[in-house]
Amino acid sequence: MNRVALGRSIPWTLVVFLIAVWVPALGSRYDTFLGTQIAIDALFVVSLNLLLGTTGLVSFGHAAYFGIGAYACGILMKTYGVPFVIAFPAAALIAAFFALIFGFFCVRLSALYFAMLTLAFAQIVWAICFKWNAVTGGDEGLPNIPYPKLDWISSLPGLGDLSIADEFYLLTILMVALSFAILRQVIRSPFGRMLTTIRDNPERAAFIGLNVRAYELAAFVVAGGFAGLAGALYGIFNRGAFADYVFWSKSAEVLIMTILGGINYFWGPPVGAFALVWLNQEITSYTQYWPFVLGVVLLVLLFGFPGGIVGGLVAGYERLRRMLRPRHA
Amino acid sequence: MAASFLFSQFVGGLTTAMFLFLIASGLSLVFGVMRVVNFAHGTFYMLGAYLAWQAVQWLSPTGENFWPAALLAALGIAVLGAVVERLLLRHLYGREELYQLLFTYALVLILGDAAKFIWGTGQLSVTRPPVLAASLHLFGAEVPLYNLFIMILGPLIALGGWLVLNRSGAGRLVRAASYDREMLDALGANVGTIYTGMFVVSAFLAGLSGALVTPIESVVPGMDVEIIVQAFIVVVIGGLGSFWGTFWGSVIYGQVLSFGILIFPGFSLFSVFALMAVILIIRPWGLFGRPIR
Repeated sequence: MNRVALGRSIPWTLVVFLIAVWVPALGSRYDTFLGTQIAIDALFVVSLNLLLGTTGLVSFGHAAYFGIGAYACGILMKTYGVPFVIAFPAAALIAAFFALIFGFFCVRLSALYFAMLTLAFAQIVWAICFKWNAVTGGDEGLPNIPYPKLDWISSLPGLGDLSIADEFYLLTILMVALSFAILRQVIRSPFGRMLTTIRDNPERAAFIGLNVRAYELAAFVVAGGFAGLAGALYGIFNRGAFADYVFWSKSAEVLIMTILGGINYFWGPPVGAFALVWLNQEITSYTQYWPFVLGVVLLVLLFGFPGGIVGGLVAGYERLRRMLRPRHA
Repeated sequence: MAASFLFSQFVGGLTTAMFLFLIASGLSLVFGVMRVVNFAHGTFYMLGAYLAWQAVQWLSPTGENFWPAALLAALGIAVLGAVVERLLLRHLYGREELYQLLFTYALVLILGDAAKFIWGTGQLSVTRPPVLAASLHLFGAEVPLYNLFIMILGPLIALGGWLVLNRSGAGRLVRAASYDREMLDALGANVGTIYTGMFVVSAFLAGLSGALVTPIESVVPGMDVEIIVQAFIVVVIGGLGSFWGTFWGSVIYGQVLSFGILIFPGFSLFSVFALMAVILIIRPWGLFGRPIR
């Protein structure tokens, strides 16, 4: 794949984090709300892109692990009174555990059947969440997940008195930034390189002695775990876990965000999440026909910018540079 | 449990099954030949239902002109299918499956909202055609004639489709296209036309099933997504691209749903998805399909 060295040396995660920290101080309450939503979705899409862009696996049921994370964290905190510091990593572990079980069966199938089986498992999780009233609250969902204790954030030097939404926003962007740093390392590690090899040529990867299924399963588990973290944050942010989080349309939505941003770049999917969340807020404030707009965005993307927003920007930048550079003799 | 009760469950399951077969056969056909999973198939079905309602309003609100209205609706959807395939889908054949999938999903979003915009969000209903308004008493259970008609129509279409695919020249070309598109192209057949034809036939079947469902179920937004999930499960169980697989997949699905409710009330959703997952794990190409690539 032709990855451009554009800004390779810049630690983007740190830069974006340092900019995002200022949102509660400079923006409105609405900006903080939107920022939290974008940060959570950004983590969700980056976890999916570990499968889609890095490993070349199309999961149509990634919402399952997001939802499991939300329910796990919510049930632990609400029903059992477990503190956030334990419930949050536990949510990731539980989501990763389910990804291990489901993934074990999924990675044995080829492309389209893989997508269908991930979808079937996600719908099974959805049916359970929707019907198991005693544990998940069934179709009523699991409302009133308590906020974690975040007073310590306000007592940090220089931050002053913050609202609870601001504190949660800061916690969210910190967790998302840490997750990004870890995922970035995973993708750059020899393990991540192997995943890319599998994406580009699974047969050759098998020839050189790679256990392709084991690598794919490992990627599936890591992606599931981080989706679980995103779900845990989302459950608290949205004050509840609901069966919608797991439904297949949620899986489709996260796929759209990922592709909208561009699957060939680490920062593509977060840009897609930003664009779609922002567009959604703008559109839904004056029309109820958001699906129509989303469909049109998708058509423009498919026919006009197959590389997504970031792919399109990089291609444009490259063309500009080539035009400005004198031709070689 | 009384025998008549079991029989009426069985008949109920069979009616569901034959409707699903009409819908799922088009989905399976397009996948089998074009390798496209058409999410918009359910939307074609819903639009067929809306068009049939509209045509009944124009032709005769009392219901005696139901059949021409249903045919008109199905033809309308066939035209829509031709437009979609010729203008848009055609340009995505060379691309990865994911992009084709997302394209059909975009159609679901756009056409679903368009239907909401035109016909609103209320429930619309069509009266049963007078010829089939009566009911029949069979083994102590009451079976509406209209349901009986659907139960006969399903196998007839299955048989007709099978004959066309396996005993006619056009069917031979379609089967050839599903085996090896490039070779058929090299031999001089017009594969582009075959693809358009398949998509149009599939859209016609979806539109027809949507029109035929209107006397039994009311037409509402969201029926597209509900039906596509079911049709999808059916074709996965039977084998994507397999004609008889789709038929038996529908029958199994209908009976599992019909009797599953008795055994695990409230868990019927779970049981069908579990069935789909088990089939995918054991035989990903379905009960009657053949492995591809």
